[in-house]
Formats: sequence, C-alpha cells, structure tokens
Amino acid sequence: MNIVNLDQISFKPLLPEVKAAMIDAINKDYFNPSSQHKRGEQAAEVLDAARRSVAGMINAAVPKEIVFTAGGTESVNHAIKGVAMANAEKGKHIVISNIEHNAVIRSVRRLKSMGFRVTSVSVDEQGRVNPQDVAEAITDETILVSIMHSNNETGTIQPIEEIGKITRDKKIIFHTDAVDSVGVVPIDVQKLGVDLLSFAANTFHGPPGVGGLYIRRGTRIYPLLDGGVQEHNKRAGTENLIGIIGMGAAAQVASSELDQWVAHCLRLKTKLLAELPDAIEEYIINTHPQHSLPNMVSISVQYIEGESVMLMLDDDDIAVSTRSACATGSLRASHVLISLGLSHADAQGTLVVSFGKDTTDEDITRFLASLKEVVITLRDISPLYNKVARSPA
Amino acid sequence: MYNKVVMDHFRNPRNVGVIEDADGVGEVGNPLCGDMMTIYLRIDENRIADIKFQTFGCGSAIAVSSMLTEIAQGKSLEEAKKITNKDVAKALEGLPKNKLHCSNLGADALQMAIKNYEDRLAGIEPPETVREEPHEHSHGDKCYCPYCDIELDDDVIFCDACQSSLEEEH
Repeated sequence: MNIVNLDQISFKPLLPEVKAAMIDAINKDYFNPSSQHKRGEQAAEVLDAARRSVAGMINAAVPKEIVFTAGGTESVNHAIKGVAMANAEKGKHIVISNIEHNAVIRSVRRLKSMGFRVTSVSVDEQGRVNPQDVAEAITDETILVSIMHSNNETGTIQPIEEIGKITRDKKIIFHTDAVDSVGVVPIDVQKLGVDLLSFAANTFHGPPGVGGLYIRRGTRIYPLLDGGVQEHNKRAGTENLIGIIGMGAAAQVASSELDQWVAHCLRLKTKLLAELPDAIEEYIINTHPQHSLPNMVSISVQYIEGESVMLMLDDDDIAVSTRSACATGSLRASHVLISLGLSHADAQGTLVVSFGKDTTDEDITRFLASLKEVVITLRDISPLYNKVARSPA
Repeated sequence: MYNKVVMDHFRNPRNVGVIEDADGVGEVGNPLCGDMMTIYLRIDENRIADIKFQTFGCGSAIAVSSMLTEIAQGKSLEEAKKITNKDVAKALEGLPKNKLHCSNLGADALQMAIKNYEDRLAGIEPPETVREEPHEHSHGDKCYCPYCDIELDDDVIFCDACQSSLEEEH
C-alpha cells in the first residue's frame, strides 16, 4: 500500500517540472554565474530568470530584492541578525511573538546575549497576535518587529497587513517569517507592507536547502555571510545554481496553479474537519477557523499522547507529524500550543495533519478510519481517559 | 528511532488494564514531559500474582510499562523491590538516551505500588493523591541533555552544546 503523506509540512515531493529543470541544469554544466566569460554570463542569465520567477510570485518590485539562501532558517537568521547588526546604533530592542519558529526565537536569544532586549507579545486563545499589542510593545529603541505570517504548528495566519501599517507608520523594519505560507497561499509583499520576508522552496514542491529572503530596497541590513559580492552583496558564496533553478521552476508552477492548489486543499480541510467528529470524540482544533492555511489542521486528541498516535498511524502507512514533547526531540511541550492556553497533557496529544495538491479524498478517509482505531487502542491504555473522562460527574 | 524489542512492546503491550480492588497502586507522572503511568498489583503470599498497567505516554513509555510488568510478574516482593528503571531499559535492549529521563518511570511506579501495598498492610492511610513527580536521575550513572543528547555533568544547569537551560530538569 502507498504511504499516505499527511505530513506535507515536512516533505512535499518535487514537482515534475522542478525535477526536469534541475536535471537539465545538471546536464548543461553551467559555469559560475560570477565569471565574466560567456559561459559565466549564461549561468548568470538563468540565475536571473529564477530570481524573476521568485520575485513575481511574491510581487517584489524588482528581482534584486530577492536574496537566495540555503533555506528558510538561513533567511530568518539573516533577517533578524542582519537587521540587528546594521541598526544596533539606533537601538537594541526587538519585538516578536510567543509563537514564532525556533529560527526566530533562538536568533533573538543569541542577540540577547549580545545586549539586545526582546519583547515577545502573546496570542489570543485562537492563536493570533493583536496588532495593538505590537504597537504598544514598540519603544524608541525598537529596530525590528518580526511576526510570522502563518504558524508552522497550527497554520493560523497572523494579521500581517495591520502590523505592517503600524511598523510603516513608526518607521520600524518589519520582518515576517512566511516559510509556511509562500507557495501555499497568495503572498504580496506590497499588500503586506513588510520590509523582509523569509520563505523556502520546499514549501512549494521545490528542493529543500534553497530559500529566499525578500529585502525591500532601502532596508538597512548586513549580510549574514561575509565574503564575495554574490547576491548583490547581500549573501556571499557561490550560488547553489541547480537548487535555485529548481526553486525558480517551482515558483513558476506555483504562481500559475496556486488558486487550484488552495481550492483543492480547502476542500480536503473542510472534509477532514466535517468528518472528524464521526471518527473520534474529545479533541481540540488548534487551527483558526477562518484565518488559517488551507493545507493543515492541528488536532489535540485528549487523554493520549501524540508520538504513540504517530507511530501507530505509521504502522498503517499514514505519515503525520506530532507536536508532542516526546517526539520533537526537545522533550518540552510546544511553546505554540502552551501559548494558545492548552494544558501540557492536551498539548501532548497534538497531531499536525498537512496535505497538498496530490492528496486525495481517499487519503483523508483512510486517515480518519485509522485514527479512529488508534485512538480507541491508546485510550484503552491511558490512565487519563479512565480518570478524567470516565468518572461520573 | 526505537529498536525491535521496544516496538514489539509498544505495538503489543502486555498486561494492559486495571485490577479492580488492587492490593497496591502506584502512580508516577510528569505532565511536563507528558508521561504518566499507573501500576496495579494483586499480591498473593508476598508474590506479585497479577500486575497491570495504564500509561499515557510516548512509544517508549508504553514499552517500558509493558516490559516492567513482564519482569515483575510472579516475583516475590523482595525480588520486585530490586527492579530498577535501568533493568527495564536493559531488558528493552536500550532506549534513546533522551528518553531515559522522562519515559523510563516504570520501576518507580512499581516501587510505589509495593509501598502502597505495604502501607495498607501496616494500616497507614495512603495520601489523597499518590502521584508524584520524581526528578532524580534514576537511570543510572550518566546524565544526558534531554534536548541534544550530549553527555552532561550531573549538576549543570545549562547545556553548552545546544544552549538549552536545564534548570527545569534538575
């Protein structure tokens, strides 16, 4: 039986167009795009073409505003540390939210040890930042606001446009980690009013290990990597041309097919949420009912633990991801779920079900059937289910 | 991630359930890590005549509980008192290092169940809640960072390798 991939936030297969473009690039033996001879210029041209595709996808004013990186994590690190280093003389205060990805949290933690101060705003019980809280957190010392576009654990989308208005008004650099959004929902950097936006190719069926950072013209930022003059002096190092070509091809397909992908995923998400009550009882949906990505749902199944669920679903050839502390390697309950107000026990039972353009109705049906059995098995073992749920009121 | 023995006990856990009117009950749990175990004992002539468990936890926590019940089944109380978490991990042919901290609580639950039985015999009222959150390093001689698996000195509060604060763990 085929593996049902409902863990597409972790892995999406390369598009056929991406594979073809990358294989073609390998066979063409492109030279170094920095070289000034004819073969180098050829390589520079395909690099520019990829940059144009990616810039078009997020509506950057000019392709130069895209810096290719080695993935979402590098983009985020570049945005935060680069802005902090370049603007430290103006101030040393940064505003983030409580539910940021660790790329953001650990970047600012590093900066804290270098004398920066960080204010982390909380989210409401539906997982959204209140733009007013961001406005109030900003001080005369603030040099950067970094709020994610969508959350990687819940899919909940943040009010970036409203925050962008505030940061523009106060002339503060605004970064959004849009790694889980770009290529999943339409993203327009002009509409969002951001100065920096991080994204990754593997979110839209491009190769892993390639990403981009949108840097609005005029934004004061230092490179993260110093060296040569590649990427318009913003990211030193010989370009990963084959990967970038793959990302360009993925961006092109995503730009033209995104509406269909969104509609397809939304239909599956609706089906999943509608049929879930027939499969299991006593669960919490952590994904915002309106403001959320179409391709994922976070479900906390009460009284059982997520890693066990994940392993048992895996025995049925269904791949999902879990936010249980036990499975994340950190052994600590997800800071995102705790920020939503979940108890540690409920956070432990959290599954992230994520799908894509090739996911079928049958996949969702198979998942629900398997989940139903797994939940029964694990609740039979669980002391919490007996105690909490079954004790007479 | 887990070896075959662990996966076998996870997939086919032995001795799952509740013993009604058990002679001894032991509960351990650490809701912060997420694993909670309850051990039920029926004692007959100072021997464990029956043992059952319930566990809320990850794959290793369920496997640990199952293996513990197999080890303890039929043992005299004197023998059972000698069972340690380390013995259980060894019988499972090893657990991931970062799971030794929070998942390997089976023997603790067993010891509490035995104590609960002996307290009852001695007429000592069990406390309202028997759940405790043991935080000692009961897995043996070495201590590992729960976040990055690096071996640590026993008393550090910060992992130099991964920059994690360990204050909550110690």
